[in-house]
Amino acid sequence: MNDIVPAASLIPADAPFPKAAKVALGMPQLRKNLAHATGTIRAKRAKVAGELDDWEQLRDTAAAVKAGVQRRLPELAMRFEERATAAGAVVHWARDAAEANAIAARLVREAGAEEVVKVKSMATQEIELNEHFAAEGLRAFETDLAELIVQLAEDKPSHILVPAIHYNRTEIRDIFDQRMGDAPAGLTDDPAALAEAARLHLRRRFLSATVAVSGANFAIAETGSLVVVESEGNGRMCLTMPETLISIVGIEKLLPETADLEVFMQLLPRSSTGERMNPYTSVWTGVREGDGPRHVHVILLDNGRTNVLADEVGRQALSCIRCSACLNVCPVYERTGGHAYGHVYPGPIGAILAPQLEPGRHDDLPYASSLCGACYEVCPVKIDIPEVLVHLRQQGPHAAGERAAMGAAEAVMARPRLWRTALRAARLGSMPWRRKGFVRRMPWPASKWTVSRDLPVPPKESFRDWWKERER
Amino acid sequence: MNAREEILARMREALQDASPAPEVPREYRRALDPGVDIVAVLVDRLVDYKATVHHGTAAIERALEGARRVAVPADLPAQWRVGSAEFVEDRGLTTEELDAVDAVLTGCAAAVAVSGTIMLDAGEAQGRRALTLVPDHHVVVVRRDQIVGHLAEALPRLDPAAPQTWISGPSATSDIELQRVEGVHGPRRLDVVIADERTGPLAGPAA
Repeated sequence: MNDIVPAASLIPADAPFPKAAKVALGMPQLRKNLAHATGTIRAKRAKVAGELDDWEQLRDTAAAVKAGVQRRLPELAMRFEERATAAGAVVHWARDAAEANAIAARLVREAGAEEVVKVKSMATQEIELNEHFAAEGLRAFETDLAELIVQLAEDKPSHILVPAIHYNRTEIRDIFDQRMGDAPAGLTDDPAALAEAARLHLRRRFLSATVAVSGANFAIAETGSLVVVESEGNGRMCLTMPETLISIVGIEKLLPETADLEVFMQLLPRSSTGERMNPYTSVWTGVREGDGPRHVHVILLDNGRTNVLADEVGRQALSCIRCSACLNVCPVYERTGGHAYGHVYPGPIGAILAPQLEPGRHDDLPYASSLCGACYEVCPVKIDIPEVLVHLRQQGPHAAGERAAMGAAEAVMARPRLWRTALRAARLGSMPWRRKGFVRRMPWPASKWTVSRDLPVPPKESFRDWWKERER
Repeated sequence: MNAREEILARMREALQDASPAPEVPREYRRALDPGVDIVAVLVDRLVDYKATVHHGTAAIERALEGARRVAVPADLPAQWRVGSAEFVEDRGLTTEELDAVDAVLTGCAAAVAVSGTIMLDAGEAQGRRALTLVPDHHVVVVRRDQIVGHLAEALPRLDPAAPQTWISGPSATSDIELQRVEGVHGPRRLDVVIADERTGPLAGPAA
């Protein structure tokens, strides 16, 4: 049995992406686990998406509905607030993470509790609710299996849907065995046995919890309803059994009406877990007498979203429904995993969301892509991720080496004679580093360019020379 | 400015020069092709999820096999209470009492064939959410006229103000190597009884 070494402790979260990615690439077990898991889910998604002969029409509708939501955000948010309030919920607004955490912590204390059970929620990961609660002397227990694994390992999530995707079954067995406290003796690495261990571990806690914290997949403006999509039943437990329910919901989760679920609930499960439908979906509207929590709170969260909304090109990132299909097809994500991105939203969607949610940070993430376009192909809401990546690259600061290279290129290309001379020089100059038509590694300072790019060898003859020759 | 006013102001400012929203195309399917046997499709999907399917209300007894005490919503039809089990009506059962029964027997609001989804909306014969969550074995009766082909046909049948639970197979997880295994926190066993009855005490106007 091996000691638990959380992957996040090895991969520096605050380092620039190229540096963090290099560490991740040097972890063979991590790469093997990622390749296996993403390969499995890619095949499942492709099969069930292919079953629907109207998949493209569904994507078109979803993209347009989300684009409409973004334009109507003030109206829809107020409508949601009005309907949810009428149904007995209390709606709060939070400008940023600190405000959302403070409201949630106050509500937990007002309920007379010191601990909460949690449904898996990206919004609460984003605002680091667990860490904030711990600092205030409150305890948050993750109940989703993958979140539980990550929490027990004292690691960080590495994937939007399956935060423990970087662990294989044997590693998960070791984590349960060493950290759970009440793991059954002789626990094997059979996934069914591991799921059973999680059930036993959490059952008492579910049945006695008084406060739960959740996010939401959708918030329906027409009715003031929230929707949570899940598999294990931990979501149902949290949403049903406690007296108090606190849901933290990004403002971009709004949908105009219930009927929109007929589109999104076909796209989301097929794109995320590769299932025709996830095992459990819960929809609730305020308080229902004699059924579920008696105190229902909703915290509508901005935390940088209105900043994303202001960018005409970048705005589409707010259409994301957190399915993670783009992570699973990304050649970069598949090799580095999520920790290297240094943000709660990794992969292609993270590369366009993180720098917009936190301007000035993560400016290197739009470069963590080969612009192959696979992310756009699978995106159920048709976010043109490559378009936004290029857009953000143009806006972000450029590295000194790159700026110098581009400046020199501009000066040379503006002068035809100089350009011809430069091309010939490049052809001769690159000679020692050529491999099969590409220059893979040049010495410093050109290494700044070639460290992450292959440079095509300049052609034997330039077009101008060829044209001149032809006219003779 | 309070948080609400400030966020709304930020939204309005962000949208000042926004291009208009595109028209929403609605060209996707809202039904299966005519002639498709939706019951057969539903059964296929349920079996794929590792649920057990039975036909006819007489099979309720078999579906409840092994259960000595069975929780039921107080308005569960008498003709479904078949077999030798003791039926315990939920008139405010405590969590401990719910945890102690062997199974729960309910009806549903609708079922979607193409995704194998059974929908509860706290309506007749369904009870509250905890009732179908805490017991480890759920037996649900689906009337044939509650089965529709497509999700778009099912949503208008549900009460939008009521708490809803959509169930597609027993509790499961794909969190370990993306491999699906059944049986985590929700009922680990799901039996679906497809009842032939089309009319009767339960046939509401919406069906």
